[in-house]
Amino acid sequence: MNQGLSDPRSSISGSAVRRGDQIFRLITVGSGILILALMTSIGIFLTWKAIPSFSHNSSNFFTESKWFPDQSTPIFGIAALAFGTFVAALIAMILAVPTGIGTALFITYYAPKKIAGAMAFFIDLLAAVPSIIFGLWGLQFLMPHMQGVAAWLDRYLGFIPIFQNRSDLYTKSLLIAGVVLAIMILPTISAISREVFNQVPRNHVEAALALGATRWEMVRMAVLPFGRPGIISASMLGLGRALGETIAVALILSAVFEVNIHISEPGGNTFAANIALKWNEAGPNGLSALIASGLVLFLITLAVNSIARGIIARRKDFSGA
Amino acid sequence: MKLTRIAIATVAIATTLSLTACGSDNNSGSSAAPTGAGASGSLKASGSSAQKNAMADWINSFQTANPGATIDYQANGSGAGVQDFNNSQTDFAGSDSPLKPEEATAAATRCSGNNAIDIPMVGGAIALAYNIDGVDSLVLDPKTAAAIFTGAITKWNDPAIAALNSGVTLPNATIATFHRSDSSGTTDNFTKWLIATTPSTYTLAGGKDWVAPGGQGAKGSDGVASSIATTKNSIGYVELSFVQTQKLKAAKIDNGGGAVEATSDAAAKTIAAATVSGTGNDLSLTIDRTVKDGASYPIVLVTYEITCEKGLAAAQSALVKSFLTFTASDEAQSALSSAGYVPITGDLLTKVRAAVAAIS
Amino acid sequence: MSTQLRGSILPKWFAAALAMLSIGAALLIENTTNVSGIGGTTALAVVLYLVLQTAWSFTVEGRRHAVDRLFATLIYSSFVAAALPLATLIWQVVHKGIAQFNANFLSHSMRSVSPSKPGGGIYHALLGTLEQVGIATLIAVPIGILTAIYLVEYSRGGRLGKWISFFVDVMTGVPSIVAGLFIYTAFILTFGMERSGFAASLSLTILMMPVIVRATEEMLKIVPADLREASLALGIPQWKTILRIVLPTAIGGIITGVMLSVARVAGETAPLLLTTFLSQSINSNPFAGPQAAIPTFIWDQISSATPASLDRAWAGALTLILLIMIFYGTAKLIARYYAPKA
Repeated sequence: MNQGLSDPRSSISGSAVRRGDQIFRLITVGSGILILALMTSIGIFLTWKAIPSFSHNSSNFFTESKWFPDQSTPIFGIAALAFGTFVAALIAMILAVPTGIGTALFITYYAPKKIAGAMAFFIDLLAAVPSIIFGLWGLQFLMPHMQGVAAWLDRYLGFIPIFQNRSDLYTKSLLIAGVVLAIMILPTISAISREVFNQVPRNHVEAALALGATRWEMVRMAVLPFGRPGIISASMLGLGRALGETIAVALILSAVFEVNIHISEPGGNTFAANIALKWNEAGPNGLSALIASGLVLFLITLAVNSIARGIIARRKDFSGA
Repeated sequence: MKLTRIAIATVAIATTLSLTACGSDNNSGSSAAPTGAGASGSLKASGSSAQKNAMADWINSFQTANPGATIDYQANGSGAGVQDFNNSQTDFAGSDSPLKPEEATAAATRCSGNNAIDIPMVGGAIALAYNIDGVDSLVLDPKTAAAIFTGAITKWNDPAIAALNSGVTLPNATIATFHRSDSSGTTDNFTKWLIATTPSTYTLAGGKDWVAPGGQGAKGSDGVASSIATTKNSIGYVELSFVQTQKLKAAKIDNGGGAVEATSDAAAKTIAAATVSGTGNDLSLTIDRTVKDGASYPIVLVTYEITCEKGLAAAQSALVKSFLTFTASDEAQSALSSAGYVPITGDLLTKVRAAVAAIS
Repeated sequence: MSTQLRGSILPKWFAAALAMLSIGAALLIENTTNVSGIGGTTALAVVLYLVLQTAWSFTVEGRRHAVDRLFATLIYSSFVAAALPLATLIWQVVHKGIAQFNANFLSHSMRSVSPSKPGGGIYHALLGTLEQVGIATLIAVPIGILTAIYLVEYSRGGRLGKWISFFVDVMTGVPSIVAGLFIYTAFILTFGMERSGFAASLSLTILMMPVIVRATEEMLKIVPADLREASLALGIPQWKTILRIVLPTAIGGIITGVMLSVARVAGETAPLLLTTFLSQSINSNPFAGPQAAIPTFIWDQISSATPASLDRAWAGALTLILLIMIFYGTAKLIARYYAPKA
């Protein structure tokens, strides 16, 4: 916005730089540098605390799935944590991305204008529900209701290993955690997609309809291509949230340090949930190991968020709409 | 303008709620303050979730008698309790296992160079709690228990279980085993029993962390108990008190001399036979878990309160002493049985009182 | 008849008829096979509806309309699929929370209440949450707003500004548990600070700051440049221009952003688990001693898992949602109050 205008400072202030300006500028620069320093110190501190665990580990940090960092011969690794984190997030994405886009399309192009606003508000409201409440609901309400679904998947799709259940236990599984995560990230995905769909140039939509396109053809030809970068970045931001989600997952999963591809069986663990369950009892090496796992999680979410931002920024540059 | 008024009203309500309405700590319904000076101050403690229900009752009685005192006990597991204590976050720890040598070293640093002592305060039975429809009585011996919890037996109608339970119809269902996911003294005591009685079946290491493969983890005694309560065909090891609060059933244990029901009385017999192995005022106990007399329940634990013998800040030390004196009193100990715990009795209780009296 | 402009279309009643047919068929199939439960039958009915509608429409209306109808149905059902769990969540919180939710619950603490017994309340946690979030706001708001002012008014794409901007983005992505882990290891273990309400505030500050910076930045950017230029042209110093002209113009949006960030952190549980020591009694001092908060109160009640404590957990959830709704409502009202009157 400001790019096209000349900088008012250079055009007006002239030679005399006033004292008040200097002080105020310093205060604002100070705040900015404070944030910079805070962030850097968090990074440096956590890295510094994480390093000792690498030399006090008789197993491989990346391939080991057990977690016994405080034993006399420490054995720990993030294999099970990484697997659980990705599987739960993947299930969440598979469910939430199409539903979120569908919801956004419904609100922007399908629902009657009168109720669309109220529905958008309703979905947005749910972005504000704290994760502990999603956890409580998942544990008390969803879990009993999900058992039938998991059993059905096992019975009819059990020939696919991931849906197979070798026991008859369907509770506390990655599948349920994934579904809860899907519900948690859905408002995020739907809200951002909706915003992008609303920005689709009116004349594109009208042109498509005027050419005799059906509503779906209009969506496919005018809305979706325009909204694609927005959809991708919305999904990435949702993914970022799913990866870092702690309490809901910690309440639902029963902590098991195993890589188990049978997603409807009980067990599994994630980076964040493991920190929440283990921080208190961790000795010096255990804490160091947890911080190392926290750093890995942080780097992953950072990468995901950066990709999302990159896509948004690129779109801003060339769309010009 | 209507909106502005609503806004003002909302803000006003929020402010009223938060600021002017003074909340109350009084949940007993009576406003009469007990007589006597009483103890005052604030204590923090954490650790063993096995003694959570006992602690809750004790704290309630103590706070009612001493309205100026506030005691907060976080049942975050024995491992966490010891860490919190050694990190100077709490004034005493509750642990179902006495301090290990390296923990004792760290505790001595926290107590400014003095020893930390293990004071046994609550006994308990570790029940093998189960949830199987239609099965009201179940007998297990060390071998089958070890096989179930290590995943060697996966179905309830396994011949090994059936052999111990003639006349009981066991379902052809997968056994869901629950263990503690946190570092726990209950796990330590349970695996000590397995190792003592059936070393050939349970070949894994003992300790506060559950190491056997398979099964499901749950946090805290309450977590294990509620997981069993909500999962059909499940079994887990949990302090007897939680079997009562969650209305579960507990297996009878046959150590070789006949099946013994998990009751406070049967566990008390095993605990009464324990010998003190600590030195001075440290009263860590050695328990014989291989007992086969057909009347003693063999899987037991004793929860220790761990604190500095000397070296806490004066005010904290006085309040810890005051509180532990209360918990070691006849009144507090006799209240334990009804909650599913085992009181400390006889000679040991005398030693406990002497150890508490020595705190300064 | 055959020369009409539009192709033949399905009559209006067809959707209703097809829906009835699908449900009937689904019920029939449920009775004869072992698909069971409301969920299974509903899913089956939806699939049947989709298949039948597409087939019917394809034969009567042609391919394009069949596809159009198929996707319309999918989009409608995706909204239902999104709204349904969310509606049950709210229904559950209200329905189960209302049992314990009363004046006594709001005005009493949990002091001397056994986990397995009913009674007690949330006052100590409500007080703790308000204080912790309040302190976090007091720290995060000035730093956040000043940083945003630097980014928009002074830096304008300078090198330092780019770095700060990047780090604010990085901060947005910090998982809340990692923020808690940082405060726990740095302040509590390394510097020997007590676990307290203030430690919780510090971890919440880390989560709030980037949100406030971003919200303020957006608002400052849309303040018209003409306003700044007019003010500067009158000889008013830049700092006064910012404080008297730019900020007041954007203040509505900024306050909304602050309220939204407050609402967001008020429900944070993970960092509080690591930084506070849960108390059952009232402690109005966030700097010393254990202090409760609503999220950790709920966590504690879920952990106890007795019927009485689960009732309290739901009532706590209702309290938390209401509190957050108050924050949100205030944000909306402020936004409306300051919105340019058209």
